[in-house]
Amino acid sequence: MRFVYNFPFFSIICMMVCAIVSPMLSGKKALWLNRTGLAVTTALNGTLLLDMIKNPTRITFMMGHFPEPWGNEIRFGPLEALLATVFSFIMLVIFVAGQEDVFRDIPKRNINLYFVMCDLLMTSLFALIYTNDLFTAYVFVEINTLTSLAIVMAKENGQTITATIRYLVMSLLGSGLFLLSLTLIYDLTGHLLMPNIHSALQILIADSSYRLPVTIIMGFLSVGLAMKSALFPFHSWLSFAHGSATTPSSAILSSLVLKGYIILLVKIYFRVMGVETVQQLKVSNVLFVFAILAMIIGSMDAIQQVHIKRMIAFSSVAQMGYIYAGIALGTELGYCAAFLQIIVHALTKSMLFCAAGGLADSSDHKYTWGDLKGAAYRNPIAGAAFVIGSLSMIGIPFFAGFGSKFYLAMAAMTNPAKKWFMLFSLAVSTVLNAIYYTKALVVVFSKDGDTAKRKQHPSYVLGMGVFIAANVLLGLFYQQFFNVISTGIKLF
Amino acid sequence: MGPNLLNNYCETVSMILFGIGFTTLFLQPNLIKKIIGFNIMDSAVYLFLAAKGYIYGRLAPIVVNNVTDMDAYINPIPAGLVLTGIVVSVSVTAVSLSLIQKLYKEYHTLDMDEILKKSKEAHQ
Repeated sequence: MRFVYNFPFFSIICMMVCAIVSPMLSGKKALWLNRTGLAVTTALNGTLLLDMIKNPTRITFMMGHFPEPWGNEIRFGPLEALLATVFSFIMLVIFVAGQEDVFRDIPKRNINLYFVMCDLLMTSLFALIYTNDLFTAYVFVEINTLTSLAIVMAKENGQTITATIRYLVMSLLGSGLFLLSLTLIYDLTGHLLMPNIHSALQILIADSSYRLPVTIIMGFLSVGLAMKSALFPFHSWLSFAHGSATTPSSAILSSLVLKGYIILLVKIYFRVMGVETVQQLKVSNVLFVFAILAMIIGSMDAIQQVHIKRMIAFSSVAQMGYIYAGIALGTELGYCAAFLQIIVHALTKSMLFCAAGGLADSSDHKYTWGDLKGAAYRNPIAGAAFVIGSLSMIGIPFFAGFGSKFYLAMAAMTNPAKKWFMLFSLAVSTVLNAIYYTKALVVVFSKDGDTAKRKQHPSYVLGMGVFIAANVLLGLFYQQFFNVISTGIKLF
Repeated sequence: MGPNLLNNYCETVSMILFGIGFTTLFLQPNLIKKIIGFNIMDSAVYLFLAAKGYIYGRLAPIVVNNVTDMDAYINPIPAGLVLTGIVVSVSVTAVSLSLIQKLYKEYHTLDMDEILKKSKEAHQ
């Protein structure tokens, strides 16, 4: 086995070591350690990605000394490497741009502990991307939940704690359902490794008397993970948690944490159930209805918001709908489009949250439209990022969001039954997106307020610059990303 | 259906308990009771796993008197899963309780609806 194939394991361990060391450091040093860890893991996963693009293969990596069916495994191909690279890169840039927010919003004694949580969160995301074992996935789902709760409540005021408790309840319901379905799967098949469960389930599904239990398991699994990734109608907690947390936390939650669960769900569809079975059992039809509703209702809710971060959070609900709609189409192109949307949304939404944070900072930390008038002149780089992010979310050509919408529309053509629903709701949702993002742009660029430029911290300027560059590059080269995804999905 | 439910009474009970726990966690406005509901829900899953892992007439998987025959023992994996699950639910409970404590200090009530009302008022 080649040395580069150890990198997924190294990146999990690297972030875990950072988390263990951080409590002993001061806040500033913990931040540096976190960023170093993220830079190292981005480099490791990036190297793996380049290697995987050159010779695409699927590698199964044995964890510990027990072979299957007893031991634990991680498995990866081009798609997993791409997702891990993008995720660690995004978190790195968030902490370059959001450094000042962390030091302002979080009590000084807790800053190093905040970074412990962020390191663990990244560990759990890597593990969710790479694992091939269902129970390991459950454990890391819980770690992911607890750490994201912690980074929401780190701001420690009444509002964030209330938001956290709402998030907590929804998350616990979701993980309860996930645990139950996992137990039922283990009970039916006697395996925990995904490929072994798959082969055992194929035999069970061929016998029609097991159809009902398998359908129920699929339902529990999908609903459980959908609750955690804020699919409509389980999205009520999202706007509070994402709207009230400190800016880097909001960006991480919206762009990375929600995606971890979706990746796990798709992984279960591919490796455990089999894509054909998912189609046969019609669970994807239910997801499709929810996704379509999310695309429209999420956008309508976003229009009504007066709080900029809440508006972006509701836009996330709509964007989650896009991802689930792609998955629910059930064709290979649909899954590819969903993964492209995951990457596009992760990159754009984190930039939008950081930009919104910057705009609010230059308006005396106020988030409502009345206070944000002219904010783009006070903080030009945040204004520029907000423009690019908005255009990308609306789906204007040459910006990242166009690529994913284009492929979602293409994917809709491959499913005749759902074609018109999908195209119609894409169109409606795009118009609604345009309405609320244009409204936001008009406010931040209006000349009513104070338009004198204020000084920005260099790290913020650097971070936003990198975000803008990454978004423009993704918008120009989405085809290349799509090619990696479509090679990856065949090996997923 | 009927006799099956009776024969697998452990599984039946655990599913009923899961339902009770799930609805308590979902609908109960009192936060402490919500967490109790969560614990009932998780314990139900552990009961289910333990019941599935037990094979009638066999022993716990600890080698005594040099009996190494596989047929003498039950499968140790479900027990391992239950232990891991317990660790997870204990830590979730700890986090939730500390969070509830903070909320109580802030709003002087444990009622979720009232907390939401007060937090909305404070925000406006």
